[in-house]
Amino acid sequence: MKKKNFSLLSHRAGAAFLAPAAALVGVFVLLPFFWVIVVSFTNRTLLGKTALNPEFVGLANYFQLFDPATFFTRGQFGFSLILTTQFVLLSALVGQALLGLLLAWLMQTIPPALKRIVETAVIAAWILPEVVIGFAWFAFLDYDNGTLNMILRGLGLPAGDFLLQQPFWVIVIFNTWRGAAFSMMLFNSAFASIPPSYFQAADVAGASSWQKFRDIGLPLIRGHVVTDLILSTMWTFNVFTPFILTNGGPSYRTELLSIYNYRIAFREFDFGKGAAVGVIIMLINLVFALIYLSFGRKKAKAVEE
Amino acid sequence: MRLSFPQLLARIGFSALAAIIGILFALPLIWFIFAPFNARAELGIAIPDPWTLQNFVTVFGNGFAMRGLLNSLIQSVGGVILVAAAATLAAYALSRSSIPGKGMITYVLLLFSSVVSGTAAMVPIFLIVSSVGLMDTHIAVILVFAGGLLPTAMFILRDFIDGIPKTYEESAMVAGASPVQAFFDVALPVIRPGIVVVVVWAFVNIWGSFLIPFILLRSDDLMPSSVAIYSFYSEAGTPIVTLLAAYSLIYSLPVVALYLFVSWKFGFRFFGGIKA
Repeated sequence: MKKKNFSLLSHRAGAAFLAPAAALVGVFVLLPFFWVIVVSFTNRTLLGKTALNPEFVGLANYFQLFDPATFFTRGQFGFSLILTTQFVLLSALVGQALLGLLLAWLMQTIPPALKRIVETAVIAAWILPEVVIGFAWFAFLDYDNGTLNMILRGLGLPAGDFLLQQPFWVIVIFNTWRGAAFSMMLFNSAFASIPPSYFQAADVAGASSWQKFRDIGLPLIRGHVVTDLILSTMWTFNVFTPFILTNGGPSYRTELLSIYNYRIAFREFDFGKGAAVGVIIMLINLVFALIYLSFGRKKAKAVEE
Repeated sequence: MRLSFPQLLARIGFSALAAIIGILFALPLIWFIFAPFNARAELGIAIPDPWTLQNFVTVFGNGFAMRGLLNSLIQSVGGVILVAAAATLAAYALSRSSIPGKGMITYVLLLFSSVVSGTAAMVPIFLIVSSVGLMDTHIAVILVFAGGLLPTAMFILRDFIDGIPKTYEESAMVAGASPVQAFFDVALPVIRPGIVVVVVWAFVNIWGSFLIPFILLRSDDLMPSSVAIYSFYSEAGTPIVTLLAAYSLIYSLPVVALYLFVSWKFGFRFFGGIKA
């Protein structure tokens, strides 16, 4: 019975088991990957003559996106790319990861009842449907009656119409708020995997919380930090939710690449150019995914050894 | 253990900080506790006077809104069944058969599933759906979600199945069961908790999503709640706050219920291919 390659399923049964998933993934994941590349070399539109008979236009769509004359103009590709980069840096790397780390660390010491309440609030922001969250924030930020301005006025601070005045910072804070739960839970489980005796020994030696964090906690969860940074970067880079809050406006000031792509393809009906944007998004995703997978492999190897 | 004075102070400080962060997180949502029960709700927080269920009555009387919930249910359940069934079979095959290149399949799957996001692929997904004539149908939304969620679902389940000893099925086969029988009668009941996780995860994903149905559907009577919710805006584009609040609450309930179910049943653990 202990043959090395004994397997429970024959090749044929295995293939049959794989078939439905392979078909679905093939048509709706693999095919779009190649199709979007093909479309990006055409002038395909949603309506009109080129909807049915698109022409091959070579790299024209890409030249248009990277046209130096308009690259940095608001509402153009370059502007959106830079905006998205800032958005990812601030809301994923700084906001979600740091806040998640802080929360996870606090959770280690605070009383269980308080821990449960705080966790509930943080996780609620993460699990509720995006349109509900979008509307909650719309109400929260309302100039006349919104909760935020009510509090600001109550504290004697100037109220503001933040969706108009500081739309970019609104979506940065919004996304931090929305996604911090993931980082918090990841780091929570990371801290939980550290043997408690390490911390007890540090307590006996009289270490402060910050010292314990810096010298024991952080070094031991380094792997999780990298995982968290890459995953939250990828998700934030592809997120469409701010559209629900701001529609990409006012005047393109919150038009992330995902929203830009939507506008070009489905509002301006320029599928060729939209596809080119999609290709660039996928290339950036690919870089992150390769980093993540190579990192995972290294870790797997280290475990085997 | 006795705490020294500075330690006690630090602990109080930590608790205060955690409480403040918790309050900041809850602030944008507090409005939802009051507004649905306030017949004169506005965008500000106001204690309802009197508390009323009138908004819910109006929502339940709104055919389009109710239709939206039904559509969400159809699309979520349809997608979940496809994802769970296909992912279980595929993950089992990846775990238990000796098909050449299994590691490669998993690697490619992970790579593509993270590269081809809904955001990046909206144009080709639209074109594929329209070229097979499925535009503006439930089945289009179901299939697209099934395809998109499958890689992660397979990954979760494969991890799960890898953790189950092969001896279960081996002894069934020694007793004369065919491999397929061993799968259905022996393995499947053991895998069930893993499938529950995938079901909940996929349901919450489809139920809450906005972009895919927004792009693929045109008819009002097919729109899921995430899109139908915009019917509670007046012609001028201003929200009818009372109805929106009540509807948002109803629409959020399944997600909250499932979350509570999962954390009650499994405790809070991590799923999603992230192995610590």
